[in-house]
Amino acid sequence: MLSSVAERLYWLGRYLERTENTARLMSVYSNLLLDLPKHAFRWESLVEITGFVSAFEQRFSAATERNVVKFLFDDPSCSLRATTNYARENARTTRDLLPNEVWEKMNELHLLLESDISQRVNRSQRHEFLASIIDLCLELNGYLAGSMSRKSPYYFLKLGRNVERADMTTRVIDVACLNLIGRNKEQDAIANILWMGVLQSLNAYQMYRQQVQDRISGVAVVDFLLGDTDFPRSVGYCLADMASSIKHLPHHSPALRAAQRVKRRALNASADALLVSEQLHEFIDGIQEDLSVVHNKICQIWFSS
Amino acid sequence: MNLKHYPLQAGLYDELISSQGRGRPGLGELSKFLRGASEASLNEKKAAAELAIKTLGISFTVYSDGENIDRQWPFDIIPRLIQQAEWQKVEMGLKQRLKALNLFINDIYNDREIIKDGIIPHEIIASSKDYRPECEGIQPKFGTWAHICGSDLIRDRDGSLYVLEDNLRVPSGVSYMLENRNISKRIMPELLERHQVLPVDDYPSQLFETLCSLSPRNIKRPEVVLLTPGTFNSAYFEHAFLAQRMGIELVQGSDLIVDNDDCVYMKTVAGLEKVDVIYRRIDDQYLDPEAFRADSLLGVPGLLRAWRAGHVALANAPGAGVADDKVVYTYVPSMIRYYLNETPLLPNVPSYLCSDPEHRSFVLDHLRDLVVKPANESGGYGMYIGPRETERFTQKIRQQIVKNPRNYMAQPIISLSTVPTWIGDKLEPRHVDLRPFILQGSQSFVTAGGLTRVALIKGSLVVNSSQGGGSKDTWIVSKGSSQDKTDAV
Repeated sequence: MLSSVAERLYWLGRYLERTENTARLMSVYSNLLLDLPKHAFRWESLVEITGFVSAFEQRFSAATERNVVKFLFDDPSCSLRATTNYARENARTTRDLLPNEVWEKMNELHLLLESDISQRVNRSQRHEFLASIIDLCLELNGYLAGSMSRKSPYYFLKLGRNVERADMTTRVIDVACLNLIGRNKEQDAIANILWMGVLQSLNAYQMYRQQVQDRISGVAVVDFLLGDTDFPRSVGYCLADMASSIKHLPHHSPALRAAQRVKRRALNASADALLVSEQLHEFIDGIQEDLSVVHNKICQIWFSS
Repeated sequence: MNLKHYPLQAGLYDELISSQGRGRPGLGELSKFLRGASEASLNEKKAAAELAIKTLGISFTVYSDGENIDRQWPFDIIPRLIQQAEWQKVEMGLKQRLKALNLFINDIYNDREIIKDGIIPHEIIASSKDYRPECEGIQPKFGTWAHICGSDLIRDRDGSLYVLEDNLRVPSGVSYMLENRNISKRIMPELLERHQVLPVDDYPSQLFETLCSLSPRNIKRPEVVLLTPGTFNSAYFEHAFLAQRMGIELVQGSDLIVDNDDCVYMKTVAGLEKVDVIYRRIDDQYLDPEAFRADSLLGVPGLLRAWRAGHVALANAPGAGVADDKVVYTYVPSMIRYYLNETPLLPNVPSYLCSDPEHRSFVLDHLRDLVVKPANESGGYGMYIGPRETERFTQKIRQQIVKNPRNYMAQPIISLSTVPTWIGDKLEPRHVDLRPFILQGSQSFVTAGGLTRVALIKGSLVVNSSQGGGSKDTWIVSKGSSQDKTDAV
């Protein structure tokens, strides 16, 4: 398999995942809003999670709902439209390795986001729009998982997806903690709903419920999202899955070591201790740095030849 | 739809309707279908075709104002029908032609018997822009230089087919031929069912086999790759499409290296891997900065060296373009007689060579009745169409011919045949040509039909997609209708 193609498939995996994550995030937060008093919800959070605060501030003066949604729909560098375009471009240049249907679905997704989205900013149409984006992403992943042989191309796609997924989960945890921790008692009721939102935005609510069976608490949620060994979007699970993909690829030792290191860190984390010592933010920063070490190793070994 | 209102044009040959709304013999099913179809149903099919093209992502890239624009593939829903009996002859003619062309190229780079025997003047080769001295003395496997050829056929007012040109460098369009059939299957299954249409899907596997047969190493699974100039090339869609259908790697120049052993390797995730056959879709000049244009970033340094050493096969071989020069074209019938001792089965369009003094003075006297073509341009660029051009351009072309006669050839204006085409809410005749694809490795193969290109603008003869042309699915139909099929079951 060509190095250049491996790189494009890896990024295809990442951008597809990012598109799905962003859409879900927007969808969940739009719903959450209906359950909360107006002041309790900051739309900035969504921009913070994507990490494009300065791009947003350059374009908009206030983080109103409309501005944030518009930004995440059509910003040229980080919106749903942009990540879809990147994903499609990577699919276009790796078409020879992908199932036919993937290219067709990719075009559907692209056409959906290229259509006039000015109306979709409105809440009444937003939900349906985001749901169809998420559906298309899942269909794409279904075609990939269901019809690609378990060989290098598939593993690079999966690696990309898991790097992105782990990264997104850490971002969601990070922003949630900045917003939710250190609030006073009277806001506890709201906190409960917000933590629920955090879980939903990672499609984790049901699985958390089955696993934890306890009243929703920040500590338990963070533990679950960092270290659960079975939930496919927990940081620990993503890293374990990456490690197993990496093992199928040639010359993998340095990348494997890097992935296993982050996995151990995530699995051994204790949210309680981190929250008490107010070190959760630093800890998440550390995990993100470790993730970028894994990413760099992947680039060095397989892409840069 | 009343076909009596179909605006047949006097002096032009329509391939479906002969006169008074009557269908030509053997093609009755289609005219019957059109008679029974309503305006609304055809519009519906047109919309369905457009949607299919969008989701299938069938596009081509046009370079305009310094920008690359990805355009939807223009497709007309009404298929163009050709009878199988006629097609069998065309197929034989095309194979014969490519065989002779390959013998010619091999001769030119080696013994040059054809020049010694006085069939072709030496100057024609000496002045050819696509002659590559670097290829002298090389004998590729099977003596084949042009493994993939796209020849353009046109039908004149007398109803017979002529070869307009042969494309032996990097002919494109075959993926659109395949996709057109896909669209037809989606939007017109009932009409397809009523005919017995030869399938076209075979092409990628035939191409793959042809390419494998060229491998210098005698191994079971030679490494075959498709070399593309990259995503900005107008035919990138096709490159990706073909690589996918053949299950081979789609590579760019930067993915390949030629090592000290003069072998070609590709950079893979597991290290370097040896490459046996390269289906290259890059022009000669950009293929190898060491041998040709030094400023080329698309090619692979040392590629020609590896090819000359016999360590890698290139399809088509460098230098094959010497035979798709429009002046050399005029000698193809003589080549067929000379090398194969056969009568040419497919006629050339009568041509006048401006390098020949007699022909030249005829051309200069009859400029307004002729089409003048530069010898080495493709895509319809630089063409002079006598009856239409301005006086200024006419003067300019006259001067250019006098100054550089070798660069020009002229042909009478052929009134390309027409085919019913769905324009707006009406069926109207539009001019078409046909590009079949011919393969030659250890064996020869011709596509069942080819890519029909149609000039969508009324009266226009320019079918190139870069200049407002569209395309149609081409059906090679046999006499027995599907009625017989069902009866037989």
